[in-house]
Amino acid sequence: MGSILFFLSILAIIATWWLSRQGLASKPWLEQGEAAALPNLSVRSAAPATIGLRVFLAVVGSFFALFISAYSMRMQLPDWRTLPLPPILWLNTIMLVLSSIALHGAMVAVRRGERNELKISLIAAGVAALAFLSGQLVAWQQLAGEGYRLTANPANDFFYVLTGAHGLHLLGGLVALARTTEKAWRVPATEHLRLPVELCATYWHFLLLLWLVLLSIWTGWAGEIIDICRQLLT
Amino acid sequence: MAVALILVLVAVGSVVFHLVSPWWWTPIASNWRYIDNTIIITFWITGAVFVAVILFMAYCVYRFRHQAGRQAHYEPENKRLEWWLTIVTGVGVAAMLAPGLFVWQQFITVPDDATDIEVFGQQWQWSFRLPGPDGQLATSDTRLISPDNPLGLNRDDPKSHDDVVIEGGELHLPVNRPIKALLRSPDVLHNFYVPEMRAKMDLVPGQISYIWFTPTRTGTFEILCAELCGVGHPQMRGKVIVQEESEYQAWLQEKVATSFARLTPDTRNGAVVPD
Amino acid sequence: MVDVPLGSAGVVAAPDVEDVELYHPHSWVTKYVFSQDAKVIAIQYSFVALSVGLIALVLSWLMRLQLGFPGVFSFIDANAYYQFITMHGMMMVVYVLTALFLGGFGNYLIPLMVGARDMVFPYVNMLSFWVYFLAVLILVASFFIPGGPTGAGWTLYPPQAITTGTPGGQDWGIILMLMSLMVFIIGFTMGGLNYVVTVLQARARGMTLMRMPLTVWGIFTASFMALLAFPALFVGAVMMLFDRVLGTSFFMPAMVEMGQPLDRNGGSPLLFQHLFWFFGHPEVYIVALPAFGIVSDLISTHARRNIFGYRMMVWALLAIGALSFIVWAHHMYVSGMNPYFGFFFATTTLIIAVPTAIKVYNWILTLWRGDIHLNVPMLFALAFIVTFVNGGLTGLFLGNVVVDVPLSDTMFVVAHFHMVMGVAPILVIFGAIYHWYPKVTGRMLNDALGKLHFWVTFLGAYAIFFPMHYLGLMGIPRRYHDIADMAFVPPSAHTLNAFITIVALIVGAAQLAFVFNLFWSLRHGRNSGGNPWRATTLEWQTPETPPPHGNWGNDLPVVYRWAYDYSVPGADQDFLPQNQPGPSRAAPGAGHG
Ligand code: HEM
Ligand SMILES: [Cu+2]
Ligand SMILES: [Cu+2]
Repeated sequence: MGSILFFLSILAIIATWWLSRQGLASKPWLEQGEAAALPNLSVRSAAPATIGLRVFLAVVGSFFALFISAYSMRMQLPDWRTLPLPPILWLNTIMLVLSSIALHGAMVAVRRGERNELKISLIAAGVAALAFLSGQLVAWQQLAGEGYRLTANPANDFFYVLTGAHGLHLLGGLVALARTTEKAWRVPATEHLRLPVELCATYWHFLLLLWLVLLSIWTGWAGEIIDICRQLLT
Repeated sequence: MAVALILVLVAVGSVVFHLVSPWWWTPIASNWRYIDNTIIITFWITGAVFVAVILFMAYCVYRFRHQAGRQAHYEPENKRLEWWLTIVTGVGVAAMLAPGLFVWQQFITVPDDATDIEVFGQQWQWSFRLPGPDGQLATSDTRLISPDNPLGLNRDDPKSHDDVVIEGGELHLPVNRPIKALLRSPDVLHNFYVPEMRAKMDLVPGQISYIWFTPTRTGTFEILCAELCGVGHPQMRGKVIVQEESEYQAWLQEKVATSFARLTPDTRNGAVVPD
Repeated sequence: MVDVPLGSAGVVAAPDVEDVELYHPHSWVTKYVFSQDAKVIAIQYSFVALSVGLIALVLSWLMRLQLGFPGVFSFIDANAYYQFITMHGMMMVVYVLTALFLGGFGNYLIPLMVGARDMVFPYVNMLSFWVYFLAVLILVASFFIPGGPTGAGWTLYPPQAITTGTPGGQDWGIILMLMSLMVFIIGFTMGGLNYVVTVLQARARGMTLMRMPLTVWGIFTASFMALLAFPALFVGAVMMLFDRVLGTSFFMPAMVEMGQPLDRNGGSPLLFQHLFWFFGHPEVYIVALPAFGIVSDLISTHARRNIFGYRMMVWALLAIGALSFIVWAHHMYVSGMNPYFGFFFATTTLIIAVPTAIKVYNWILTLWRGDIHLNVPMLFALAFIVTFVNGGLTGLFLGNVVVDVPLSDTMFVVAHFHMVMGVAPILVIFGAIYHWYPKVTGRMLNDALGKLHFWVTFLGAYAIFFPMHYLGLMGIPRRYHDIADMAFVPPSAHTLNAFITIVALIVGAAQLAFVFNLFWSLRHGRNSGGNPWRATTLEWQTPETPPPHGNWGNDLPVVYRWAYDYSVPGADQDFLPQNQPGPSRAAPGAGHG
């Protein structure tokens, strides 16, 4: 359960940091009036949807962290046979990175109010994401073709389930992206596009990060990094 | 008024019930008297807290019930009191935890002179395996299980020749000898539980778990399965028969003889030997 | 979706809280069926959850009938008994208590108590209810399929849960159960995002975190925990579904079932247990924390006294929420896991007792020098303390690893968790319903019926579950439908079992009085006015009762004080609503801080 505990400790640190600025040690009964304590708090307002997305990403993060925990526990049992990574995954990774970069471009464009760049970036991001998903399907086919079927070994189970879950999340993101793209044509003022584009970009970056984590686990790099950290600590 | 009285009755009634009701643990038959003692300590501490809290509540309900003209006292907090209560609680908790962890250390440290036995639970019966004269159990594997090898012994392991297998029967144990029970299941989870021994542990398919205990008095005790294992779960019973050393040896000799007969090479090749 | 910022996180001084554009229901269907109003969604959630609760209650009667009078009811064989306990347990824990506290009370109270017009994502909120409803339908459907519902126990431990020896294991029962749970979790996540973000982003001007009523704190913390804990159940359910349907070996070891080798290999049953309890233990607190919050407010209101040690209460809540993620394996002391984990988990478990105890002290210290009105909600709150303290203390037995060895998987455990997470939260739910019913309907519930309901439920439930501990101490295992032939069980224990059954039936019957009261008072209850309990929190200060769509009329409330200004010296009434500007007051308790 190491990875989920690690993930939760990061969340706990963020929560503690946030709470520490909320005056939890103040004595509310001594303060009256609408603008009571906490004068040093900056007036910063984020849209509810932004906060909502962040909380949602915490949920998704905990889901995958749990899966990874399960993976690392199951891995220690003797019947585990690591499966070879199909090389196409690297191409897919590039596609996902491109998609993320395109969305970042879209975010910059929407901030500057450049509608044409925005439209192009959104389309490019969508195409690259679709390319990633098709590439994942090809990877599945290749693996299945080489006999690494779902039930043959738990390593295969985890590979299919984790790539599947990641793909489903991306698919959900694509629905939101499609709606945003459609808005980019329809809605007159680019200010109204800013929030949805930013949300898409955040989500995409998160899924990219998640994919890199998964990849590093399959390639064994994650294990090596952990070993190095351990040695540094001791 | 009535409310306060009923609260007092609940507190007092619970204590009286605890003291006079006929329902209590079964007389112990193993070395785990420490566990019983820890339970007693816990009963005392928690009982005192329970009674104190309820009586305090009852007093408040009586003393500060609404009456014309009464005004509640405005006091948002009292740091000193709260810290004191926290510390006292911490001490009480530590007083329960410390003996608990101490006994747990004993519970999981098997003495060197313990005899290995195997408890094998399957849907829905208990089987046992005792080491024969060599005092050692052979290795085993779920995949080797077959009608004439019901426990999946590894017959290539020389230690397997004298292992005594008791299928669906009674487990005999000598009194005052530490026993390490290795727990194994070929199908689902089970739990080896003998109330009088106070010990209990799950049998997990795919791994071997263990408990140890020393039977301290002779007699026949019921083995229950304490982990839901399907519809037959409540019927999954067995017996431990704790005997004096001499009786036990006599019983074991007889068993060794019969199981040698069963494990002659012919049987292993599949030929049927009449009993 | 609302794009307009509603206020700002934690900011007190934000000069102008922009008002929200509300969606306006046009037809009866969008107003009462597919409504996006949190209050309507709350009632829908509560109604469905209480109905599921009635089903689970009937199941508990059937189980008790079998236990009390074994052999008399021949249709309750082992098969049926296991199906009943599984459905009863899962329904009660997930589909009743979680749904009621978060979906029901959360939806109703959060927007009103923080001074918002509605949840921040009303559309998602509506979806949340309907997805929950779908989950309930799937669950209930499993009663009507061949093979019936699963009988794996609410813990659904593999391999047993998906093998032939268990009811529904190789039929549809377990599949529907897992699917229903997954659907529930999706629905809950939609709701949970709303509860959390509404508290973060939609608080009225002046509503700092430390001015929030503890009810909001409790529901907020619990929602957050649920968002992080439910994924564990989801992951477990996905993997088990794969094992069951596609033949993978996540949890399935090499097995020989009834003499037949199965084509599985190497899976780990313990892995599932870790995932399950990583969800399962926080789940206990997901149910408990809202109850803690609500009971704090009930006690404070009806004792006319500020909650004692508010800050400590908030800190304890947060501490419990955080700690509850590192105690899960106390459910696995005898599971065959590495025994050295026992040291760690016993220590964390007993540490969590300290903040919990602090909460109890502060509740009873709130009574001290109060002005206690023994209204029905207050009675339920007092009864909650009794049962919660009782159940919490037996938790110290089970958390203390070596003491758990003889007690785990016995009726002691059943008695313990019913006391602490069955009876105690249910008592709070009743108290809360008596307390807030006037706000929801504008009428009071009948008091005499309420008192009758209270006494039978409280004393009855205590009489059911207190003696049960001793059956467990004696060694009677849980999940046994028949203990007739156990050598060590004296005949008197069977008498006790019969007694428990009779009390359980009486308690069950008393719930019908409650249901009757709910419907009868809708029309015949006394008119309550807007603030019958003379309470300070915002929900009682709405311009109209029941609050209409949008809650607050033209202007959002502004908050000037914390939620517990009761019996302030020098004030002309014994409560000062949160949105009342003056009068300024000397601060008496200041000297102590
Ligand atoms: C008066 C009301 C209730 C009665 C009479 C009752 C009775 C029972 C009985 C007889 C069992 C089976 C015990 C066994 O053989 O192992 C049981 C199990 C259970 N009950 Fe209740 N119950 C009640 C209320 C509740 C509530 C409110 C909850 C909510 C938490 C709850 C949660 C459970 C759970 C989780 C199980 C365990 C199921 C399992 O072993 O898989 N019960 N109950
Ligand atoms: Cu069993
Ligand atoms: Cu727990």
